[in-house]
Amino acid sequence: MIRIESLSKKYGGRLVVDDVTFAARPGRVTGFLGPNGAGKSTSMRMMVGLTRPLAGHVTIYDRAFSELPNPGREVGVMLDASAQHAGRTGREILTLAQRTMALPTHRVPEMVERVGLTEAAAERRVGTYSLGMRQRLGIAVALIGAPSVLILDEPANGLDPAGIRWMRDLLRAFADEGGTVLLSSHLLHEVEMIADDIVMIGRGRIVSQGPKADLLRTAGTLVRARDTEALERVLRDSGLVTTRTHDGALHTDAEPTVVGLVALESGVALTELRTADGGLEDMFLALTADTPRVGTAA
Amino acid sequence: MSTITVDPIHQEPLDVRSVSLSRVVEVELRKMFDTRAGFWLMASILIAALISTIATIAFAPESDLTFYTFAKAIGFPMTVILPIIAILAITGEWSQRTGLTTFTLVPHRTRVILAKVIASVIVGVASMLIALVFGVAGNVIGPAITGTDRVWDVSIVHFLDIVLGSLISLLLGTALGILFRSTPVALVAYFVISLMVPTLFGLLSANRPGFEDAQRWVDLNYAQSFLFDGTVAGVQWARLAVATTLWLILPALLGLRLAIRSDVK
Repeated sequence: MIRIESLSKKYGGRLVVDDVTFAARPGRVTGFLGPNGAGKSTSMRMMVGLTRPLAGHVTIYDRAFSELPNPGREVGVMLDASAQHAGRTGREILTLAQRTMALPTHRVPEMVERVGLTEAAAERRVGTYSLGMRQRLGIAVALIGAPSVLILDEPANGLDPAGIRWMRDLLRAFADEGGTVLLSSHLLHEVEMIADDIVMIGRGRIVSQGPKADLLRTAGTLVRARDTEALERVLRDSGLVTTRTHDGALHTDAEPTVVGLVALESGVALTELRTADGGLEDMFLALTADTPRVGTAA
Repeated sequence: MSTITVDPIHQEPLDVRSVSLSRVVEVELRKMFDTRAGFWLMASILIAALISTIATIAFAPESDLTFYTFAKAIGFPMTVILPIIAILAITGEWSQRTGLTTFTLVPHRTRVILAKVIASVIVGVASMLIALVFGVAGNVIGPAITGTDRVWDVSIVHFLDIVLGSLISLLLGTALGILFRSTPVALVAYFVISLMVPTLFGLLSANRPGFEDAQRWVDLNYAQSFLFDGTVAGVQWARLAVATTLWLILPALLGLRLAIRSDVK
């Protein structure tokens, strides 16, 4: 459980994080979504004590991060997979974490295997790693202390499709065990696929948050039939307001269940029926459009 | 990679001991050796000691072939290498960005920096003992080759003074590393202070008679030289205390304050 309360940070007179409040709950994957420069990384750095907040505070299971006696055993953190000494081997970086946390030595080879790095890769210097391998190593460092909370900044960055799938399954399994996962991403699709809860941030402020299902529900329903006119007619007859999308589907604010029942009763064969992803996407696109993209220090 | 394994999740806070200072020291010591650059920097202590010993035997005039000559020859490269090691130990967390991991695993920056200081001093003392071994070996072998008498003209107290002098150089590197948190800036600052400031002070005191007395109190190099000569006594200790406060302790404290507040990105 991570609680973030009224967190704010100013850089050069500009509020980059502005009164951010949300919680990441056990058993759930919380996606911290926002365009580059929205304040995600700054917020995450404040959660783990790397940046001093202007105001507000963060607790992890009711304790501040700096009060955790051995933080690595409680919170696995990966803020930037590239922030490692290029001259150290993967195994050495894991060993440093293992020594710091006073863990048994067998955790090192275990983690190498768990994140899908080969023995040979673990012996190589990190300078030779691809971004995807660095992400895997970063996850290994985060997991080595068997924490119950994960804080990961853009963990899917640089992973290939198989890697993204692996990451998703891993975080899912971690949350299903009862762990708390907070991950950030600037990609809506990624968050939609992995997260249970979504916190959307733009220009330092939270613009939307809640369970993914709720956020998607507000977007309405997208439906297609072979006979669009007939469908349009029966929906209107049932009192639903519909609009036609540019590619010939119908959009309505009603729930998919309602639309499906109406179609069944009137005998209109549907070819597609799903929650429209427009709402979240539109909101996200609006954020992206007027947020200046500022380098990598998102 | 086909199966996903997860450790059991604990919902209650763990009742674990906090990360002790000695553990952080151990990890920081390891970090000083575990990169190629770190390894060769450490190796260069041995190499420099070896070369200095051989060069002394080969080139020093027979009459000068005493233990003190070896001590000086081996000690000089130490005052160059040890501060570089000390600087890198501190600044690497920022310039290599490893601080992102270090300061989240131990979210107490003073403890981490203190551990780095202790680790650097351990390396410094160990290096001086290695230098001693080379010096003794040189002074046994050298006169045997030249057929001259062995002269053991460095007392234990003098050796300890030399160790202290070298540690002051090392800790100057540490202090500058903490203050600037940037490898190139700290390195340049170190060489400016150890090579250019003494010259500047020399010029000043030569041209401004009143400055000469003040220089003795603020010139770290001057204060240190009595340690290396083995002639430190009385007021020189006081001068050493003043100069180290000025060049080591104040920058380190200011740096610590900045380091604690700084963003680790």
